[in-house]
Amino acid sequence: MSNQSSQAEIVRNSLKRRYRKERRFRLYGILAIFLALGSLFVLFADIINKGHSGFVKTTVSLEINLDSEMMYLDDPTDKDQVSQADFVAPVIASLQEYFPDVESEAEIKQLGRLLGNYAASEIRDLLRDNPDLLDTTQTIDFLAHDRVSTYVKHADNPSYSIKLSEKQQEWVDELVEQGVISTSFNDVLFSRGDSREPANAGILGAIMGSLFTMLVTLVISFPVGIAAAVYLEEFAPQNKFTDFIEVNINNLAAVPSIIFGLLGLAVFINLFGMPRSVPLVGGMVLALMTLPTIIISSRAAIKSVPPSIREAAEGVGASKMQVVMHHVIPLAMPGMLTGSIIGMAQALGETAPLLLIGMVAFIVDVPEGFVDSATVLPVQVYLWASASEQGFVELASAGIMVLLTFMISMNALAIWLRKRLERRW
Amino acid sequence: MIKLKTALTTVALAGSIAAVSSPAMARDTISIVGSSTVYPFATVVAERFGRDTDFPTPKLESTGSGGGLKLFCEGVGTQHPDITNASRRMKKSEFDNCQANGVKDITEVRIGADGIVMANSKEAPKMDLSLEQIFLALAKEVPDPDGGDKLVANPYENWNEIDSSLPDMEISVMGPPPTSGTRDAFVELAMEGGCKEFEMIADMDGDQFETVCHSMREDGPFIEAGENDNLIVQRLTRDEETVGIFGYSFLMENSGQIQAATINGVEPTPENISSDKYPVARSLWFYIKHDHVGVVPGIQEYVAEFTSEGTWGDNGYLGDVGLIPLPREERMEIAKRAKDLEPMTGNEL
Repeated sequence: MSNQSSQAEIVRNSLKRRYRKERRFRLYGILAIFLALGSLFVLFADIINKGHSGFVKTTVSLEINLDSEMMYLDDPTDKDQVSQADFVAPVIASLQEYFPDVESEAEIKQLGRLLGNYAASEIRDLLRDNPDLLDTTQTIDFLAHDRVSTYVKHADNPSYSIKLSEKQQEWVDELVEQGVISTSFNDVLFSRGDSREPANAGILGAIMGSLFTMLVTLVISFPVGIAAAVYLEEFAPQNKFTDFIEVNINNLAAVPSIIFGLLGLAVFINLFGMPRSVPLVGGMVLALMTLPTIIISSRAAIKSVPPSIREAAEGVGASKMQVVMHHVIPLAMPGMLTGSIIGMAQALGETAPLLLIGMVAFIVDVPEGFVDSATVLPVQVYLWASASEQGFVELASAGIMVLLTFMISMNALAIWLRKRLERRW
Repeated sequence: MIKLKTALTTVALAGSIAAVSSPAMARDTISIVGSSTVYPFATVVAERFGRDTDFPTPKLESTGSGGGLKLFCEGVGTQHPDITNASRRMKKSEFDNCQANGVKDITEVRIGADGIVMANSKEAPKMDLSLEQIFLALAKEVPDPDGGDKLVANPYENWNEIDSSLPDMEISVMGPPPTSGTRDAFVELAMEGGCKEFEMIADMDGDQFETVCHSMREDGPFIEAGENDNLIVQRLTRDEETVGIFGYSFLMENSGQIQAATINGVEPTPENISSDKYPVARSLWFYIKHDHVGVVPGIQEYVAEFTSEGTWGDNGYLGDVGLIPLPREERMEIAKRAKDLEPMTGNEL
């Protein structure tokens, strides 16, 4: 009797301690979630804080008198004349109207530096495409110089250093007041390729490059991955050899991605003589990298199809092939798709293997096909982050935001597909 | 069944894409590889070239000088690059490798100079260093300060321990990592230059000499920063005791906040760097593969753009990004040789 009461005593006494232990354990879990969410929040806040100004461009809108005498040009279609013409003069003349007292050579040069480096070629291209505009006055929106842009956007941000002379700052202030210099949505970012001038740099080249690369990856890894998974799961005999293959596929999933780059360099470029820096080769390398992920997730999806379905199909006389094609694959498809999309999202963020096959490169022209030189989104972010001009800091963060948007939409698609197509048994 | 068909079509599609890219495929974009030091200059030229001509914009990869020369010398054919940039001259061994792989005719173009500066914040005292002092401050092993002819682990913690004329400041130097060409050049020009001043080291045999002269200390005073020179500059403005090592163009961009140390009494000015008076200066180069001229369109035009006065001249746009022009006469001669595609003989190396 006394023994029993002492047992109850022990339990009662320890109860409090056990509850405390559980509460502590829960607290650890909550803390872990907060830590993860907190660092994610800090990361996003930092990127958005740095990157939002990347979506804003600074333009200088000037009335340009396209005077043929001033430019030494009377036929904008004549190549020889164009190469000798002075397209800077009308820009300087237009700016001088705002500041008539600027006369010295050095000051004029400084005044011209308010515009980006390609103002002259913009006029040239305009005249080449529309020769009739010669000797008319046109309002043209030029991109401001990187330093002007930094001054206008970040004058009171201590982490940017202003590299305009005091005179130039006065001019810019004046032009901003008169509405000549203004800021607007940065459409350049989404309509051009890379540039060494932050104002002219766009991410379209990288987006197209990623798109072509991912297309090649998908077209190769999805059918091959599913074929491999179906064979291994449904048809392959269980023996030492298939075990060996299975172990190796699992190992392959854990191989560092740079190894696939080395393989791509050795096999596709050096052995097959394929060109460097093209989405075709990049996509093939990333396809090799994604294959194990797709095979593993597809096998899991096939395994989760209940045996009763197979047995029922076989029971009504379906052949093995018919069972697989009519029942197993359609039912496993949501799982296979989810695995593939997640594998693709992973491949989208990959840079290391692309380094070796030459896709980490300065490429200005927007790629138009699978064998045009191209780079991809994460590489573009890396290139901008390591450039010396200040304007690239915000562009790099803006690039990250674009990349994250793609990743999140791909993952959202995977979740949506799973929710929509999933069958429960 | 429909799904099987789509799968089959996709496989067929993949096959046809692969078939399009036969090895013999022509390339119409110039492919340039090489030094990360030349990269910022070459990209500016490439972009201008793409805008101002009808040729596509050349593609540039930053692979480092050694990596670039390796790719360049791998062979002839459009899967290999047409031009490689280098922040040092091609080595004899690299030239021989080129020859062995069938890359026979190569034209060398020297494009300008670049100085490596040691700079600190304008708030701190200006330094006047000799190569010898740089070696003593940054080497892993130095001659025993108490005399004798043995090497000891670097004992110096403060600049004025090395020489009483130097400021009373803790040694703290940020420099580029070993993967960087700037680091190679710094080690070769500054460290080795200072190291040779000590008789006992100069007498050592080749391998040992190199180990002693090329080893940077790892006990704290020398800090390896990333490839990002911007970070070093930012750090200098915040921390007055730190000295940074980087290319001249970053000094130029930030001359408001930082000042360069004189080395052996010479200021790193464009004149001193291009005339080789400044001891830690190097030349920048690129190399053209003749067999690709005429195969890949635009190579000669690109070279012409690079070697025009408006590009690499005294007022050229490369000056704005920090390239130090060569003297005009030399430029003219190099430009002419580049235009004629004068091949290297191998003896000049």
